[in-house]
Amino acid sequence: MNNNTDKRLEVTIKDMVLRNPVMTASGTFGYGYDFEDFMSLDSLGGIVVKATTGSNREGNPYPRMAETSSGMLNAVGLQNKGIDYFCRSLYKKIKDINTNMVVNVSGSSIEEYVEVAQRINELENIPAIELNISCPNVKQGGMAFGTDPKMASEVVKAVRKAYDKTLIVKLSPNVTSIVEIAKAVEASGADSLSMINTLFGMAVDAEKRQPLLSTITGGLSGPAVKPVALRCVWQVAKQTKLPIIGIGGIMNATDAIEFILVGATAIEIGTANFINPSISQEIVYGLSEYLDRHNIKNISEIRGII
Amino acid sequence: MKYCKDFIVVENETITPTLFILKLQYPETLPEIKAGQFVEIMVKGEANVFLRRPISIHDVDKDRNQISLLIQIVGKGTEELSKLKKGESLNLIFPLGNGFTIIGKKVLLVGGGCGAAPLLYLARVLKQNQIKSDILIGCRDIKQLFSKKEYESLSNLHIATEDGSCGIKGLVTSHPILDEDFDTIYCCGPTPMMKAISKLAKERNIPCYVSLEHKMACGFGVCLCCVVDTNQGNKRTCTTGPIFLSSELKDF
Repeated sequence: MNNNTDKRLEVTIKDMVLRNPVMTASGTFGYGYDFEDFMSLDSLGGIVVKATTGSNREGNPYPRMAETSSGMLNAVGLQNKGIDYFCRSLYKKIKDINTNMVVNVSGSSIEEYVEVAQRINELENIPAIELNISCPNVKQGGMAFGTDPKMASEVVKAVRKAYDKTLIVKLSPNVTSIVEIAKAVEASGADSLSMINTLFGMAVDAEKRQPLLSTITGGLSGPAVKPVALRCVWQVAKQTKLPIIGIGGIMNATDAIEFILVGATAIEIGTANFINPSISQEIVYGLSEYLDRHNIKNISEIRGII
Repeated sequence: MKYCKDFIVVENETITPTLFILKLQYPETLPEIKAGQFVEIMVKGEANVFLRRPISIHDVDKDRNQISLLIQIVGKGTEELSKLKKGESLNLIFPLGNGFTIIGKKVLLVGGGCGAAPLLYLARVLKQNQIKSDILIGCRDIKQLFSKKEYESLSNLHIATEDGSCGIKGLVTSHPILDEDFDTIYCCGPTPMMKAISKLAKERNIPCYVSLEHKMACGFGVCLCCVVDTNQGNKRTCTTGPIFLSSELKDF
């Protein structure tokens, strides 16, 4: 089956129509074109490109990565060339990719989030932003906004005023109650929630008696975090009305289906892209196959049934 | 163009208990591969490692559509790869990285330990380009020396061993070949060795290309984990490198 035409998979997030629920997660898929050698980008429901901040960021020193049991830690620290470079150079390279090109927006202050969102609002072929209030790898901002309901609410409200297309807010699992944050974000004008960002973690080299990351702590991703992510999506789906994009350790179509069963409208593939660069397209095929096998007429039939 | 395809193991040659060479057959015509490029190997089996393993390309046989990888066992992933048998398949993303810039008229290749791996294919490419090369290999002892015959057929081989079991006794940095005149140096091995050779090249005002080895999650430019501090800020070892001019690197 040509997945471009499998209408059973089509989903909507506010004003954004996705030909299927499969998106790719920010920081794991470059700017999309990095994967053109391996797959058809137009097979995807959407692509979330690397986090963009107000100005150039060099990120954290090496080493930034440690492999762990069923996953990895990263401490990249939002390395990117800033919104000017994005608008001037990168946008031209991605604007004609035939899928929803979403930009992950990050910052250290409310003003920075608003500035970046405003600039992206002017870009015709970017239908949505994903507001990153959950990065664990920067000293200022990032996760600080996503772990306090008041701060989360303030930043979302401010960005909402400056941005009139689909506003997705990416939530952190590093909180006591993700439902509380989700409700605050919903009340502040978000259109959708994506969850979860990485889990705050660390890894140690016992022989050298030192941490494996230059920043000591980092963000855990991969299959190790999937049970936590499923729980978060399930809890929030029961308590808010916003469409949810499920993220966390999805390695195959079965994992993706699990997120949809607990309430996700769409999903993002993250770390798996590093290991199998065509996995996102394969998961699209896998979803069609699942619907065939279970005789399901539309993917929405199974959304949130758990 | 990058590919993600299965190769078949043709041979798994043990050099030492911790060093082996995998010869792999590509089922189609091999695309163009530059000396100094690398592959990312999917590790299957009991080791249960999560990420691929980046391994430099030791040699390429275009006529047979085969590549060789020289691998040192350093952990669970490489140990699992050492158990591969003839006929088994292996999934590779390749070719990755920038590769060596082929320049010069009289060049010197300096390799240390298993880090010398990419220099064999480099010597082959230099010879194809009619560039005269000398190659200096340093290792612990004669047992650690690999692909000696191949090196000799492509270049003038010079050896330094720590115990004197082959070539001169001592480190590569004490070898007299370094006193000769060269217009370019290519260097690959332990970081202290690469730094020492780079310093020497700087003193003589000649370019020194070094091959870096950094931990990476993807190998094709998207994870941003393998950065190196350069004069132009953080650059990805996997796509801007792994070959850098030593003068571009902050630490060198």
